[in-house]
Amino acid sequence: MKRYMLAVTVLLSAQAAVASEAVIQGQLEQYRSQGAGPFNAANGEAMWQKQHMQEKLGKEVNCASCHGANLKEAGSHIKTGKRIEALAPSVNPERFGDAEKIEKWFGRNCTWTWGRECTAQEKGDILTFLKAQ
Amino acid sequence: MNRKKFMGVMLLAGCVTVAMATLGWSGEDERWEHERGERGEHGVLPVTSGVEPVMNKTYKAECSACHFAYPAGLLPERSWVKIMNNLDDHFGDNASLNKETRETIENYLRGHAADHIPNRFSRSILRSVDENQTPMRITETGYFVHKHREIPARMVADNPQVKSFSNCLACHSSATHGSFDEHGVRIPGFGRWED
Ligand code: HEC
Ligand code: HEC
Ligand code: HEC
Repeated sequence: MKRYMLAVTVLLSAQAAVASEAVIQGQLEQYRSQGAGPFNAANGEAMWQKQHMQEKLGKEVNCASCHGANLKEAGSHIKTGKRIEALAPSVNPERFGDAEKIEKWFGRNCTWTWGRECTAQEKGDILTFLKAQ
Repeated sequence: MNRKKFMGVMLLAGCVTVAMATLGWSGEDERWEHERGERGEHGVLPVTSGVEPVMNKTYKAECSACHFAYPAGLLPERSWVKIMNNLDDHFGDNASLNKETRETIENYLRGHAADHIPNRFSRSILRSVDENQTPMRITETGYFVHKHREIPARMVADNPQVKSFSNCLACHSSATHGSFDEHGVRIPGFGRWED
């Protein structure tokens, strides 16, 4: 029974990983249709780390300010302290399963962190970096 | 203090309290403390001790990403309307939603706001807010400030495990079930709250 449960769990998480992979590929395809690409994980990581001045907070912030230094571990919202589950799809199969959710948070987090929208190229680079985590 | 003396003091304190109540005296501290005595006064209305926990799925999904999904019964209807119509500048964050989602959530919050929920916390909060005012925060209502006035900054703003009074769940671990009972409070890094 235990072994059976394990098999089911592995199968389910593998399926979730496939789902997020398909959603991410769909997004990358869309960015390409907007003229972006090819995408580069190293560029994505560099953008993820880059510090920007957040005017309302009066502090330098980057994407890790809430998502944490280690993407395989939970982060914490810089203002409210709320726990934010790990972003790495290798440890959190619920990540990147919904295109609308991805775009919603790109919209919010790019404007909050960088003071502007992310371009299709930047989103593609970042997703390519994140999906490999 | 020995037991006898203690009982004496308690008895005296009791008499003073009764005397003050009879005289209709109401000090600053007691202004919002009537809630217990009022229970049952309204006969038909069941006065529950907790706050109605969050039940709407859309509200929960969208409004619990950055913080705990605050129970609707902790702010008056007019506050929720104002909050829901200013989501693009939400306490320095951008929490905007598409029209349909926004309306679903606004309807839920309005229907379950403090004005419509007969429990003691909701009533106390309502009573502590000036009718001409529309608070944007639970944490700025008179009742909230009053209940949390003894908690020093080192346990909240300067406490990396709490950060902000808006982080209800950090100290009220049963808040998701609608319970804010003062006896269940644990402040991370400082332990149980005894007063
Ligand atoms: C102020 C805090 C904060 C900062 C800074 C932040 N994020 Fe987020 N991010 C969140 C929250 C909260 C969520 C949604 C909560 C959840 O899904 O657990 C989220 C979700 C996301 C998601 C969606 C994940 C999914 O499962 O679909 C992406 C993508 C994302 N963030 C990218 C970024 C990028 C890129 C940056 C930097 C430009 C960034 N974030 C900076 C708080 C932040
Ligand atoms: C992008 C992140 C984000 C999202 C999404 C979000 N909020 Fe907030 N909210 C915040 C921040 C930041 C604060 C201020 C917290 C602080 O001061 O510590 C806040 C504070 C609040 C407060 C005041 C809490 C207090 O101090 O009493 C209320 C009420 C509130 N939010 C309601 C909502 C509602 C309703 C939604 C869903 C429509 C929502 N929030 C979605 C970030 C968010
Ligand atoms: C730093 C820890 C902390 C945070 C954060 C916090 N509280 Fe409290 N809260 C307390 C303590 C301690 C008490 C008991 C105070 C006393 O009785 O002296 C209390 C009491 C209360 C009470 C009164 C309970 C009763 O039985 O009379 C309510 C209601 C309440 N809190 C709601 C909230 C809400 C809503 C939030 C978030 C917006 C919140 N609290 C955030 C620590 C906290």
